Amino acid sequence: MLINNSYYGFGRIILTIVLAMGLRIAPLPGIIAAFNPDWVLLILIYWSLALPERVGIFHAWTFGLLTDVLTGRLLGQYALAYSIVIYICLKLHKRLRQFPIFQQGLFIFFCLLLSQLLLFFIKNLQHPAQLHSTFWLPVFTGTLCWPVVYTAMRFIRISRSIK
Amino acid sequence: MAILASVALLVTEHRNQQLELLRTTLSVFIDPIKYLVNLPTVMIERTNESISSYTTLKDENKRLREDQLIHQTQLLKLEALEKENIRLRALLENSFKLGEQVLIAELLSVNMAPYEHIVVVNKGTRFGVHPQQPVLDANGVVGQVFRALPFSSEIMLITDLNHAIPVQVNRNGLLTIAVGSGQLNKLNLPFLPGNADIRPGDLLITSGLGGTFPQGYPVAVVDEFTSQPNKPFATITATPKAQLDRNRELMIVWSKSTPVPLITKPATTEPETKTHADK
Repeated sequence: MLINNSYYGFGRIILTIVLAMGLRIAPLPGIIAAFNPDWVLLILIYWSLALPERVGIFHAWTFGLLTDVLTGRLLGQYALAYSIVIYICLKLHKRLRQFPIFQQGLFIFFCLLLSQLLLFFIKNLQHPAQLHSTFWLPVFTGTLCWPVVYTAMRFIRISRSIK
Repeated sequence: MAILASVALLVTEHRNQQLELLRTTLSVFIDPIKYLVNLPTVMIERTNESISSYTTLKDENKRLREDQLIHQTQLLKLEALEKENIRLRALLENSFKLGEQVLIAELLSVNMAPYEHIVVVNKGTRFGVHPQQPVLDANGVVGQVFRALPFSSEIMLITDLNHAIPVQVNRNGLLTIAVGSGQLNKLNLPFLPGNADIRPGDLLITSGLGGTFPQGYPVAVVDEFTSQPNKPFATITATPKAQLDRNRELMIVWSKSTPVPLITKPATTEPETKTHADK
């Protein structure tokens, strides 16, 4: 019974991440597309903070790899970025839970920036190309989206009692 | 450990294409998301079609019929021209390329990366699509297949920053390369000197060099030609003929890569000379 329930909850977690993957490739018109934040990472960060014993580096790595396939990147770059960010989140999750939302937002900003920096670094190793400055926009929009993600996910977690 | 695994993956894929199988397998699970994201667009289109009025449909039907008639008569002429071309080439003892086969693929409205011009279509390796196939629309060259997965394939547009296409000026056969600019309505021609014979309004067609694109498809129209005396190359921009941001139907082309000789050459002469040379 207990095991069954935990599998049920895990299905919900995966569903939210799959939804985030859908949002990641949503067809947004023109310039707005550049603002689309990294939803998958935001959701992964939330789950790693809320349920660190359920969502760990392995999940981050797996969903990172799936995101690589989804967005047609070199295999492993999102996997690397996500697992490093989630490692930091897991290390600091006890402290982060006590933070007010503003301070959490600051932390999220640095997480997203780190992830984007890693992606930029890998892209540059692959073939040095000039990047548009809009490459960094998702970091800012992601930070702005964090309170919304946090509240929505908290609501889902409590109302569905995912443990 | 996760870091090690991802670094290993990155290095192996960067060095060679050994991981295609892994990507293909994972994409089978991932591709439903692409189709799911595409669903709202399809539904909007369907409702649009179903609520468009009888008169609009009738008008459209009439227009399409007229278009088809015009195109068919043009095709009649083309056939005669093609035959003539083959005869002339036979006179020149030249080989002639056979026609191409096309597959119509529909665009999935997903956005992979905002700063890259890569689109996804709904036909993949299940239909025999393979990387580096040319992709066209009704007006001209769109791009080439960048990566083929079982249920979808990624197409790099000619305007992508990393894309270059060998072209020639239709008026005088001047060969050059058109490089993507990162903007959907602009191509750059960075390798022509200031005194090159090229003017605004010139049509650029594929030259067939490089082997990826078949010869003779329209690519772009030259927009602007400015030669700067202090620089070795002129600044030339062109507008793509294909409607890169509007079309939903694209054509993936199979071209026969081996030219079929019209006159069978005497096959015995060449090996003999080779053996003589060896001795």
